[in-house]
Amino acid sequence: MDVNEVLLPGVGLRYEFTNAQGDRIGIVARRSGEFEVIGYSSTDPDEGDLLFRLTAVEADTVAEILGAPRIAERFADLTKEVPGLSAGQVAVPATSEHAGRPLGHTRARTRTGASIVAIVRADSVIASPTPDELLRAGDVLVVIGTHEGINGVRTIIEG
Amino acid sequence: MHTSLALLLELGIVLLALSMLGAVARRLSLSPIPLYLLAGLSLGEGGIAPIPAAGEFVQTGASIGVVLLLLTLGLEFDTSELQHSLRRHFPSAVADLLLNAAPGVLAGWLLGLNWLGVLALGGATWISSSGIIARLLGDLRRLGNRETPAVLSILVIEDFAMALYLPILAVLASGGSWRQAVAGVLIAVACLAAAFTASHRWSHHVNRWLAHPDAEQLMLRVLGVTLVAAALAELVDVSAAVGAFLIGLTLTGEAAERTRTVLSPLRDLFAAAFFLAIGFAVSPTDLLPVLPTAMALAAAGIATKFATGWLAARRDGAGSRGRTRAGTILVPRGEFSIVIVSLAGAASATLGPIVTAYVLILATIGPVLTRWPRSRTPRTIVERQHKHVADEDPPPLPPAPRT
Repeated sequence: MDVNEVLLPGVGLRYEFTNAQGDRIGIVARRSGEFEVIGYSSTDPDEGDLLFRLTAVEADTVAEILGAPRIAERFADLTKEVPGLSAGQVAVPATSEHAGRPLGHTRARTRTGASIVAIVRADSVIASPTPDELLRAGDVLVVIGTHEGINGVRTIIEG
Repeated sequence: MHTSLALLLELGIVLLALSMLGAVARRLSLSPIPLYLLAGLSLGEGGIAPIPAAGEFVQTGASIGVVLLLLTLGLEFDTSELQHSLRRHFPSAVADLLLNAAPGVLAGWLLGLNWLGVLALGGATWISSSGIIARLLGDLRRLGNRETPAVLSILVIEDFAMALYLPILAVLASGGSWRQAVAGVLIAVACLAAAFTASHRWSHHVNRWLAHPDAEQLMLRVLGVTLVAAALAELVDVSAAVGAFLIGLTLTGEAAERTRTVLSPLRDLFAAAFFLAIGFAVSPTDLLPVLPTAMALAAAGIATKFATGWLAARRDGAGSRGRTRAGTILVPRGEFSIVIVSLAGAASATLGPIVTAYVLILATIGPVLTRWPRSRTPRTIVERQHKHVADEDPPPLPPAPRT
């Protein structure tokens, strides 16, 4: 996807892209932390319609909602660049002995060498979880390590 | 401690009146600057309701107001934005200078002002009000438009040019010879270079000390440093305002952001005092005789700014509606034209009234003018998709809601 970046001196930055449906969409990121989302008509690219404004907090929340399912994919992309390293996702089944227990209890890294770098829970992502983080049934763990390591974590969690 | 009853009462009433004027201006989407000037006119010398006790405070506040206006201008500054703007819009900026300073210079010459007055009047007609325009762009929802980067680039370059122009004017106005003016400019340029280097190299040290995590500490430190720098600049005849601008430049990144937040209420208060004080200094009876001149200048100023905006927007490939919008939104003149007069006011008795009337006219007409041509009626993406589906056959209007 091509995102066009336009500098708005003194105000901030404007990002523009066209979605698969052919709508041109602009996002103004103001220096103050606020965002404006703008739609353009297909006939007149000169003049945008402001669709809505977001405060910094609202924009964070929207980004989280939109970005959550994609974070796992980005980890996967990252590992393509490091040979021997890969990423995997391990779901915590309700039957797992670790559901409801702290992450540290799995001793996953010590036993397999693979790291659990994030927990995707419903709409949110817990990045860099601490060993104290309680695992819940339905969580998806993002694991980075060798293939064997990731399979090892899967065996520990699912077993 | 003795409290001056008259001072408190007069100042309180003035502030309340300004707040009411400001609310009216906001409702009409105009700039409050002309209303503040008018308030100053009616309160000052020869006005309807003189305020002797608060007058002194307003005069003192005015000099702090200029300092804070220029400090926040410096805070807004970003060298990468300037470089980008210059690369893309240098020709537009040259056209801006030539087209818009010309009417002022010509008028100054025809009015028989001295060369300082001519220089000041040229500056006052040249410089757009970035304060008014940036606000208008947000209010009119134009940040997404194609012509907007061109408009903002011109404003950034103008603001930078002010950093060179104001020291020249300040030195000349303080009675310096051309040689002293050149020396003053060299000092200013050296300070500017030092500030740029400092902001690039050591800004993290400066920022770490100034940008104390506590908001109160941050405000006191920045204000203290700025006032000292302003005083030092005044000492070497470079104008306090320029010293403040340099301090603003040195602060970057998050420190600048936070400083802007903590200082903006102070700036608003003292800037209001500044506009009031300018109104005080001009007597309404001086204003009437210069009104025809100011109106002619304003008409020329509208035409030349329109041409500037049109050219700049064309460089960015905007259509004729976009070019018109860019042309009209550049029209408002405001704080900097007034700063110029406050620096060079002594050059000629007519300069102050002319520029005050000029700003009164253009700060009022500008925001109105830019509503034309009217925007398309806003449509959302969803509505537009409906339109794609039923292009030949427009959907029937929804039934009118029952009342």
